[in-house]
Amino acid sequence: MLADEDRIFRNLYGFDDWGLDGARRRGIWDNTAALLAMGPAAIIDEIKKSGLRGRGGAGFPTGLKWSFMPKEVGERPHYLVVNADESEPGTCKDRDIMRHDPHLLIEGCLVAGFAMKAHVAYIYVRGEFYDEAVKLEAAIRQAYDAGLIGRNACGSGWDFDVYVHRGAGAYICGEETALLESLEGKKGMPRLKPPFPAGAGLYGCPSTVNNVESIAVAPTILRRGATWFAGIGRPNNTGTKLFCISGHVNKPCNVEEAMGIPLRELIDKHAGGVRGGWDNLLAVIPGGASVPLIPKSICDDVLMDFDSLRNVQSGLGTAAVIVMDKSTDIIKAIARLAYFYKHESCGQCTPCREGTGWMWRVMERMVVGNARIEEIDVLHDVTKQVEGHTICALGDAAAWPIQGLIRHFRPEMERRINESKTRRMAAE
Amino acid sequence: MAMITADPQDVPRVESFSFTPENMEKVRALIARYPADRQASAVIGCLDLAQRQAGGWLPRAAMDHVASLLDMAPIRVYEVATFYTMFHLKPRGRYLLQVCTTTPCWLRGSDAVMKTCREVTGVAPGEISADGLFTTVEVECLGACVNAPVIQVNDDFYEDLDEDSTRRLLEALRRGEMPKAGPQIDRQSSAPVGGPTTLTTIPGGAAPRE
Amino acid sequence: MPKMKIDGIEIEVPAGISVLQACEMAGIEIPRFCYHERLSIAGNCRMCLVEQEKAPKPIASCAMPVMEGMVIHTNTPMVKKARNGVMEFLLINHPLDCPICDQGGECDLQDQAMAYGYDRSRFHENKRAVPDKELGPLVKTSMNRCIQCTRCVRFATEVAGIEDLGATGRGEQMEITTYVQRTLTSELSGNIVDLCPVGALTSKPYAFNARPWELRKTQSIDVMDALGSNIRIDTRGREVMRVLPRINEDINEEWIADKTRHAIDGLKRQRLDRPYVRRNGKLQPVDWTEAFDVIATRLKDVAGAKIAAIVGDQCDAEAMLALKDLMAALGSSAVECRQDGAQLDASVRGAYLFNAGIAGIDRADAILLVGANPRWEAPVLNARIRKRYLAGKVRIGLIGEVPMDLTYPVERLGHGPSALDDVAEGRLAFLDALKGAKNPMIILGQGALCRPDGAAVLARTRVLAESVNAVRDDWNGFCVLHTAAARVAALDLGLVTPGGIEGVFAGCEKGDIEVVYLLAADEFDMKRLGKAFVIYQGHHGDAGAHRADVVLPGAAYAEKPGIYANTEGRIQLARRAGFPPGEAREDWAILRALSAVLGKKLPYDSLDQLRQRLVQANPVFAALDRQEAGAWGTFGTPGAMGDAPFRSPIANYYMTCPISRASQTMAACTAVRQAQQQALAAE
Repeated sequence: MLADEDRIFRNLYGFDDWGLDGARRRGIWDNTAALLAMGPAAIIDEIKKSGLRGRGGAGFPTGLKWSFMPKEVGERPHYLVVNADESEPGTCKDRDIMRHDPHLLIEGCLVAGFAMKAHVAYIYVRGEFYDEAVKLEAAIRQAYDAGLIGRNACGSGWDFDVYVHRGAGAYICGEETALLESLEGKKGMPRLKPPFPAGAGLYGCPSTVNNVESIAVAPTILRRGATWFAGIGRPNNTGTKLFCISGHVNKPCNVEEAMGIPLRELIDKHAGGVRGGWDNLLAVIPGGASVPLIPKSICDDVLMDFDSLRNVQSGLGTAAVIVMDKSTDIIKAIARLAYFYKHESCGQCTPCREGTGWMWRVMERMVVGNARIEEIDVLHDVTKQVEGHTICALGDAAAWPIQGLIRHFRPEMERRINESKTRRMAAE
Repeated sequence: MAMITADPQDVPRVESFSFTPENMEKVRALIARYPADRQASAVIGCLDLAQRQAGGWLPRAAMDHVASLLDMAPIRVYEVATFYTMFHLKPRGRYLLQVCTTTPCWLRGSDAVMKTCREVTGVAPGEISADGLFTTVEVECLGACVNAPVIQVNDDFYEDLDEDSTRRLLEALRRGEMPKAGPQIDRQSSAPVGGPTTLTTIPGGAAPRE
Repeated sequence: MPKMKIDGIEIEVPAGISVLQACEMAGIEIPRFCYHERLSIAGNCRMCLVEQEKAPKPIASCAMPVMEGMVIHTNTPMVKKARNGVMEFLLINHPLDCPICDQGGECDLQDQAMAYGYDRSRFHENKRAVPDKELGPLVKTSMNRCIQCTRCVRFATEVAGIEDLGATGRGEQMEITTYVQRTLTSELSGNIVDLCPVGALTSKPYAFNARPWELRKTQSIDVMDALGSNIRIDTRGREVMRVLPRINEDINEEWIADKTRHAIDGLKRQRLDRPYVRRNGKLQPVDWTEAFDVIATRLKDVAGAKIAAIVGDQCDAEAMLALKDLMAALGSSAVECRQDGAQLDASVRGAYLFNAGIAGIDRADAILLVGANPRWEAPVLNARIRKRYLAGKVRIGLIGEVPMDLTYPVERLGHGPSALDDVAEGRLAFLDALKGAKNPMIILGQGALCRPDGAAVLARTRVLAESVNAVRDDWNGFCVLHTAAARVAALDLGLVTPGGIEGVFAGCEKGDIEVVYLLAADEFDMKRLGKAFVIYQGHHGDAGAHRADVVLPGAAYAEKPGIYANTEGRIQLARRAGFPPGEAREDWAILRALSAVLGKKLPYDSLDQLRQRLVQANPVFAALDRQEAGAWGTFGTPGAMGDAPFRSPIANYYMTCPISRASQTMAACTAVRQAQQQALAAE
């Protein structure tokens, strides 16, 4: 188990003061100027060396992403945009950072913004997180008043502004280019890529969009060194990670753990075990709603990191572990996610707009078995017609849970169809 | 989910809308966050303020007012107002009961919470209860999944609910009380019930600092 | 120039184009719905997916820029499967109402479904229902058919410059709408019907009238304004069913204005279909022989000097020349085309042309509008100015009263001649904008010329143009914007009289002029003709016919072949799409027949011979479809200018000629526009 001294989020549960005094006691804002004195190139290099991969779901190397920003500021200013539109079902970690340790994020903004030569950071907070946004704004005010950000931030000579921007209810705004559209005052519809944000992002200017957790861990990585961070977890899957364990466990919770922790250990140690015991486990969605579920047989020994979960045709995603015990109507659980994607599709591109509704409606029939066996194949085909054909990844995210269901629970789907048929025939 | 109406003729006509001086101050502060000529960035913030001022929904007059303040074409504002689920184009009860029913909440009993809301308010989702206090809506994942099931009442999250605690919450609201938000069971935010398994050696990590 | 390989074809393409465009250069057609050459790229329909080697997923070719060494496949199983999938998605919620859909037979979705569709549906759920929208008298909606390509939204926002249309809601509930049931306040709204790839937006006046395969298509030229927009007239039998744009990059690109498209029902109403003669104060139907005899009798012993002619705004050059020749044969040189009183100078061609050419707007970097309201006088040209504005780095100034948004920002410099002086003399800084521009352009509208001091305004503007170096060998930014389709050809034929239209009126009032021949001229107060004997040759029972003593039924523009010169001086040929009604005849033929009865037989027996005579009369008529700046010289009459503001002669865009005044569609548009203005005024 990860040692407490290696934990970054030391006020995860909010027992301590979220404000500046508490933050300082926890080592935040401790000589931040020295971190900045490393210079942008060295900061990016250190983050690269740490092996930090984006904590928003895709797992793209953070340092590499920062390095895509133009080396010098041209006519257009650079922007750091923090993605706090936490909406992936199962995920509630960024919320804890914002409400319990906002200074971690603000200091991270300064460090990351400085590294990519941005003078402004916008933190896009999902609209429903009202209290979190209020706390974050209060913390930003504290940081301004203490000279930590604003003019000559931390005495570094770098001017740096941080603004909170609240959303208004749209999962799609977690997609980085949809987030930028929304930030510009439009509907959150993902942009065509290229151009990528590092070339033309917010207001057409070079921009980098990072998840809250990715930004919040940066200062600690710089303080303790890339080697420290890289020494936790497994190669290519380094560092600590916030896990959210929800569903059928005895004690649902958020917890910071080492990457690569076995799923079973994570659930047993921190979440009080599966309701009714490990053998009562049916399946787990290991990385937020968008990743395919894995049945118990895989859960028994899978490790919680990007590569291990990819190898079992799932993904780490946001590390939101949704646990389902044997009482679960697994088809209904996935049908509910299909509804979620239908509801959250922006409607811009054809396969997602039309496909999410189609998939959900078929899934609803699958729940009650009102379908023909061949329709399982049609459904699978439809998921394949959506996957990879859309502007953004929401199409893929809508397809994968259903693919995972068919992959692992096709017999259950068939059983229900046959049972329903038998019932209907008996009634006639 | 509420159907989006192409023409909001079935809502009360509000002849005019303009921000109060206090809200106008807030609007100015919002606009100041963005570069010059990028005031459209403030549209979500302005609509949110307008909705709060107008009593929880957005009359067309309010959207038009925001459009003119931000120098946007009205249709661009309507697009935004109909795209984001937190904007309501029809009046609703004083307390908007936003019941999360997405899978993590559903797994932990959101059906019962939803049923309780329906029973206590006496009306179907989307409708306003007879006393004008409640409108229940089903919402998608609120991002508090380890504290499922969750209701967001206006701005506040009420977590770890079941049938009884939901009923207690609604009855308190009906009495004009505003119960303490957060977990409705004995629990510190997202920590496991019974206390954290981590941070125990960090002062203030797993318990209040002495 | 990146080199790439498309389906095995090696091709070098210009940098910056899209893969879709590169495929077209390689001769490979890519299916598409949302992509349109003249609109921004949306990339939303996903029909244009192609395979790019080394890319993990198919790419949207419309949105992907070409890159050196790209290898593209458009015919692999992956591509086929992707397109089939998209097609299936587009069809699941699309109604199966092709038999009652006006788009049937010219529907992109139908056509592409033939190539990429399955023969049966795998979709067993209910189809989506979307409420229709009220977009006014021209555009009919059937929103169940909408495939959310957003072409209409992009056209309205980008080209027409009206932010009325949008896509509200999200996901499968996204709807194209105005949200508040607003009529589109654009003079270009009909174009969204052409752009709609399905039958969601169709032409309301044309609804259920015809199928495309029943129609005969004729290439023609529009006469509703002076742009000479290239059009296609679709007829069934002798009835004009609809007008569509033809592409001409130099003139109308691929747009036409709403009046061009929708005034055509006026061709069926209030037509003159037989000759009339006034007896006892009333027009009575007669046959051609009798009508000609009455004219011959009246003209007998009338000296040529006592006869005058006025030509209308939509006449073909051939008829105008025939009239001029007939008048000359009768001893009269008094043929006047400036029925609106415009103080145009016919002495040099540069004095009355849009010299820079319509496409010259694309190159102009400072534009001064003087007495012009291009939005109403030439909507398509106005869209071009907007396009220029969107391209950036241009200043646009306006002198004149234009009580509307021109769809681009303008610097309003003043209302009348004094503002012109202020610019010319540097009291307004806009002079610096013109002087500093590489290609300064001054667009002079008829509102600055149709006034007593018009000749002075003309001279003042000429001097201003010269002083800002707008008139050079490589650029002539002095641009007259006409409103009459016939005007430039008439000026090319010298159809002006020394006293102008007022001189003719004065002659009538004094009795110096006894006979007036109106060739489809209706746009002035007929009382001014005094007691003159009026012969009206034209196609509609409008002002002229009501005043006439003899009415000779002629042909409207769709019913005769004819040559027109547009505001740039470009000579264009319109073909005959149908025949005039009843006993009405082509105009040149009427004049030729009348000349024989009058004993002054014109020396041409066919239209070909008349056209040879036209080129003799002015060689410019030989240069078909070309545009060149006119010869330059000193023109206009320097002098004092008044203080009345410049006002466009067009008070109602939808009704500007006998055809549009007879159109019920244009009447409906007028009513809607007036109601909107009243509603605005009330707010």
